[in-house]
Amino acid sequence: MRIYLDHNAGSPMRPAVRDGIARAGATVHGNPASIHRTGQHARRVLEQAREQVATLIGASPRAIFLTSGGTESNNLAIFGAARAAASDRRRIVTSAIEHSSVMTPLADLEGRGFEVIRIAPDRDGRVSVDAVTAAIDNGVALVTLGLVNAEVGTITDVAAVAQAAARVGAMFHIDAAQAVGRVALRVEKLGCDLMTVSAHKLGGPAGIGALFVRPGARLAPIMLGGPQESGLRAGTPNLLGAIGFGIAATEVSGALDDECARIAVLADTLLEHLTASIPGVRFNGQRHGRVANTLNLTFPGVLGESMLIALDLEGVEVSMGSACAAGAIEPSHVLTAMGRSAAEARSSLRISLGWNTTANDIVHAAEIIPRVWRRVVNAEPAFDAEAVR
Amino acid sequence: MSPRVLVAMSGGVDSSVAAALLREQGYEVIGVAMRLTPEAPPSSSPRRATCCSYEDFEDARRVAERMDFPFYVIDLRADFAARVVGNFVSEYLGGRTPNPCVMCNREIKFDRLWSRARALEADFVATGHYAQIERDAGGRFHLRRAHDSSKDQSYFLFTLGQSELARTLFPLGAMAKSEVRERARALGLANADKPESQEICFVPDGDYASFVERAAAPADLRRGRVVTSEGQALADHRGVHHFTVGQRRGLGIAAGHPLYVREIRAATGEVVVGSRDQLNSAGLVAQQVRMVDPVWFAGAEVALEVKIRYRHPALPAKLRMLSGDRAEIRFDHGGPAVTPGQACVFYRGDEVLGGGFIERAMDR
Repeated sequence: MRIYLDHNAGSPMRPAVRDGIARAGATVHGNPASIHRTGQHARRVLEQAREQVATLIGASPRAIFLTSGGTESNNLAIFGAARAAASDRRRIVTSAIEHSSVMTPLADLEGRGFEVIRIAPDRDGRVSVDAVTAAIDNGVALVTLGLVNAEVGTITDVAAVAQAAARVGAMFHIDAAQAVGRVALRVEKLGCDLMTVSAHKLGGPAGIGALFVRPGARLAPIMLGGPQESGLRAGTPNLLGAIGFGIAATEVSGALDDECARIAVLADTLLEHLTASIPGVRFNGQRHGRVANTLNLTFPGVLGESMLIALDLEGVEVSMGSACAAGAIEPSHVLTAMGRSAAEARSSLRISLGWNTTANDIVHAAEIIPRVWRRVVNAEPAFDAEAVR
Repeated sequence: MSPRVLVAMSGGVDSSVAAALLREQGYEVIGVAMRLTPEAPPSSSPRRATCCSYEDFEDARRVAERMDFPFYVIDLRADFAARVVGNFVSEYLGGRTPNPCVMCNREIKFDRLWSRARALEADFVATGHYAQIERDAGGRFHLRRAHDSSKDQSYFLFTLGQSELARTLFPLGAMAKSEVRERARALGLANADKPESQEICFVPDGDYASFVERAAAPADLRRGRVVTSEGQALADHRGVHHFTVGQRRGLGIAAGHPLYVREIRAATGEVVVGSRDQLNSAGLVAQQVRMVDPVWFAGAEVALEVKIRYRHPALPAKLRMLSGDRAEIRFDHGGPAVTPGQACVFYRGDEVLGGGFIERAMDR
């Protein structure tokens, strides 16, 4: 039995999504840009998907630009805003705990004359709204913040940031890849100019995402070619992906509160069990003001890498930090930014639940995880590895 | 339930075939590639510029996919830096010539990796080494040379004791390299014809002296003079880490006859040179001596053969244990240059009895 507790990396497709894509695969083809009836049908299906995604975040379908996923949306938002910015705006404000698809483009811009201000989080992974707003002035081209942190699940309160950005005419981008499907999203309420969403985090297929672009926001394309997506994102759209994204969005729109409540109960149960059976286990992040599905825990005396592999061999799938190109695990930059030592970050695992997590999964995980921890801490205590570091 | 084995995979043909053979034999195989060095060695290939030796790991991963067993890259960089690279540097600074492959086996593959194996409930650790392990009727384990003597790697494995041998598998010990390549091709492994790795993995350009200089504090470099046995100074040198006993080239001296390094005195920075016949020694003192089966060495003097470098033949000798874990080894017929820091490994015929690290040569 496999117990999949890595939904923050990607959720399996929901049954309705699988069925919808299978059906569409048999009936929908062609290029939505084509003039003929087949093209017209493809276009109608694509636009329906766009409406479904728009509904999920309370946006107009015209503000939804389909991309290949969260990474492309973040790249488009950041490079697009930087390119469109006035020449006297050469500063970007962000946090130190963003996803690599935000951090790497920003580092690139840093090498091209932009100044990047990275606000450090507190020990619980909270990014101070005051610190962010204090850094926003007339020289700022873009403010980019994750709404829900991928590793610790902390929710950032962005309303005040949106106001501060609007006051000085800076663009405000929210990376909501980890938020969509876990918290209710209304772009008007959030006050953002740009927002990244991704399908596979909510049970849609991987390889499709969207960028919300507030009508009138100044954004330059980064993918050049045909006139698709109003010229902002060239390339024949991923039709089947969009269909799956649309279905997933509709499923989530209708059941968000129920699903979140159910997952919260399961996650809290698991946390309770682990806290009771693993002395010294530590919860990373804030207990309130977070998405309930994410548990980031430091397991005392073990290497997370060893624990992760041991759990995988027992059928429990979790994650840690990020994988490098060769597949080795790098400790989480989010945890070190939160003030954890490198050793603590190396002892930490992320457990993330999702739409298909069952009570039975949690019963098993609550039994397996402490048992594996005891074995690993005995066989390979981490302190001797740490002593030489 | 079939026994579970953790196979150390480098991406090379040997460890790939080892893993594949164990899988065929019905073991539950878990493949691991060890990330040992901080970054990929400099290379002309841009793909090498990523964080690990990406291509080698990908080769190992492809084998695992093909043979359908789980595969993980594990991060042992800190252990490797402290226990293998650190030792390598301090040995060179101390005027000795280390053998990091022996250290890596002792400290990483058969210690650190074994802890990981226990954490993963594996019964065995396996590698692609060419050596053989046998269990006798009395339940004692014996380490033997590989069937293919040209590939024999038992020299690097002398630190394995009874408890390590009991849980180690060398699936290639009875195979010839050509057979291994054949098996790799038959199994459809993409790396069947991959060339052998030769250099020390963390010094791919083979320039050990420069590596030591980069890794060491400048104050720790022992500069000094090249001198004759009689104490006559011949030249200045840039540090004892540039020399190894027996070395002839690169001494920076023009003499009428060939000169060789006889001895390196790190404390004074003196590198003593002499003629070829002055290199020969009567024997050596070894330290950190370990026996594969300590029962062997209850007696006073033991006749055996000793190998003082990987590529040297084993020489008949007499071993006498000294206090602690030191031993005195006397060559029966006089021996060649003895290089402090290198491993000396004790054999009787095909069997490895144990070994240690050369502390110093014994004069005739």
